[in-house]
Amino acid sequence: MALETRPKFVGVLSCSGEEEPEGTIARNAVRLVMEKYRPGITVSLCLPLYLAGDSGEQEFAKRVPVIAVDGCEKACARLSTEKYSGEVSDAIDIRALLRQWGVEDELSRSHPRELEWELAERVAREIVRIIDRYIEEGKVAATNTR
Amino acid sequence: MSDKKVYVIPCSGIGKASASVGRDATYRVVEDLLPDRADTLCLALLTLEDEEAREKVRDNYVVAIDGCAKDCARKNVEAAGRAPDIAHRVQDYLKKHKDLKPEAVLDVGEGGRKLVEIMSEELAGEIVGLLEEDD
Ligand code: SF4
Ligand code: SF4
Repeated sequence: MALETRPKFVGVLSCSGEEEPEGTIARNAVRLVMEKYRPGITVSLCLPLYLAGDSGEQEFAKRVPVIAVDGCEKACARLSTEKYSGEVSDAIDIRALLRQWGVEDELSRSHPRELEWELAERVAREIVRIIDRYIEEGKVAATNTR
Repeated sequence: MSDKKVYVIPCSGIGKASASVGRDATYRVVEDLLPDRADTLCLALLTLEDEEAREKVRDNYVVAIDGCAKDCARKNVEAAGRAPDIAHRVQDYLKKHKDLKPEAVLDVGEGGRKLVEIMSEELAGEIVGLLEEDD
């Protein structure tokens, strides 16, 4: 029997985004994927550990395919992963997505209302689409989906 | 009076309810209690070593709020070139208010919200003290 060497998890890494409403959407979307949509297969990391942690965190992108979820074009999650750990497999820029979706409403970074939660759900579903593609393509061994 | 700003920077804690408390307390301070003097900054910009963010940290006051003993906010601020003027862990407040345990990352619950209130009031007081020292 061939030994299974493919990663069992997908890394979904949110930027911290405290300053921006899109950053809050990024964090909430990643949590929704972890808790509600793909809990068995998703792993994450507190992004500032790339700099503050031990070198273990810097193995992240070497161990699992990473989807970087950024609030804006500054792309902190994607660029930090590339700087400290390795290439990301996919990247989402929420500000660009919202433009694409025609969202022009003023959003709150601190008090997400129905709209911000709807957008977080929508971003979460985008992330899920990417995870499911990895499973279909055999990029990850999907033994733990729920 | 110094025109320096106070950047309150919570850790990004994606997996800990305590980090969500720190973030909510930050928003309460910078948006409601001291909106004219305090602001926040994306911690990830410091992780990325973004020069503009590092300059903000070096030229202003900084408060670091961490959600666990890994102290990411404090350490990322230090890596930008200076120690924070005030640094706290949410756990320090929790030790004093053991009954106010936050429930979950996405919703800290009733206890968590009370802890946010207590923490933000105390933080705002400390920040005012810091600004007065400078006058
Ligand atoms: S990508 Fe944008 S919103 Fe996210 S942490 Fe960086 S600057 Fe903030
Ligand atoms: S201090 Fe702890 S909870 Fe906060 S970002 Fe670092 S590891 Fe995560």
